[in-house]
Amino acid sequence: MALTAGFFYLFAVLSVVAGVMVIVAKNPVHAVLYLILAFFNAAGLFILLGAEFLAMILVIVYVGAVAVLFLFVVMMLDVDFAELKAGFIKNAPVGLLVGGIVLAELILLFVGRGFGLAVTHPAAAAAHAAGVTNTQALGLVLYTRYVYFFEVAGLILLVAMIGAIVLTLQHKVGVRRQSIAAQVARRPKTAVEVVKVASGEAIVPASDGQS
Amino acid sequence: MEIGIGHYLTVAACLFTLGMLGIFLNRKNVIIILMSIELMLLAVNINFVAFSYYLGDIVGQVFTLFNLTVAAAEAAIGLAIVVVYYRNRGSIAVEDINMMKG
Repeated sequence: MALTAGFFYLFAVLSVVAGVMVIVAKNPVHAVLYLILAFFNAAGLFILLGAEFLAMILVIVYVGAVAVLFLFVVMMLDVDFAELKAGFIKNAPVGLLVGGIVLAELILLFVGRGFGLAVTHPAAAAAHAAGVTNTQALGLVLYTRYVYFFEVAGLILLVAMIGAIVLTLQHKVGVRRQSIAAQVARRPKTAVEVVKVASGEAIVPASDGQS
Repeated sequence: MEIGIGHYLTVAACLFTLGMLGIFLNRKNVIIILMSIELMLLAVNINFVAFSYYLGDIVGQVFTLFNLTVAAAEAAIGLAIVVVYYRNRGSIAVEDINMMKG
């Protein structure tokens, strides 16, 4: 149990420190890397909570896709980030005030009430003892009771994908593209011309291709 | 010392507050604001999973899965908008986003 507590404090402290570094880092590339660190430590917390599948999803989807997407965009845009950092100190007091109030309220709520929950719920322990893994348990409800929600989630991802493509796709003018229909419609009559050349003469093609 | 639900909720509260603070501190940089929103969503997910564990109910994890879906979609669309905006205006400063005079 001491080991669990040690790992909890390790992951908790690292994730909070990484969160701090995300918002104070000068270089946005470093901010993205700290965001990845925060996600990894949150995945560790998920594993401590017995949610192995979500921990792996967090690592694969967030670190593997979303964070790398952020990294691509940060590196692709040639922006002077130091100039964007300008109002940092000026905005700090009101931000710290609001943040401190929200944090104090949340911690007073959570620690003060504690929600009277047992350290480990008997149902969770029973399911674990019955040999049902976390992934299996999740699949048992996700594909039965929540199958419509699951399909809607897929639809949201499809819409997001199409939206992102439509937003960022640009047609460059002046680029010669392959026209398959024109190629298929090409016949010998339009493509080849038989010309009689007199002996000793030369044929100089005109600019429009007809001699 | 036993790790209870209060510990996890405190970590989540810290992360949520950091996300909010990030929006206050970096109000010129859209990309950092998007990252702060990701931090807040992560805090919410930690809350969901903690309650799912301590209540012995898997539904919290199911909702976290949908939450991840929405967060991924939001990041993709948000970054696409940032890229298009940068292509058109050459800047991503928040105060320059005033074409609609809203």
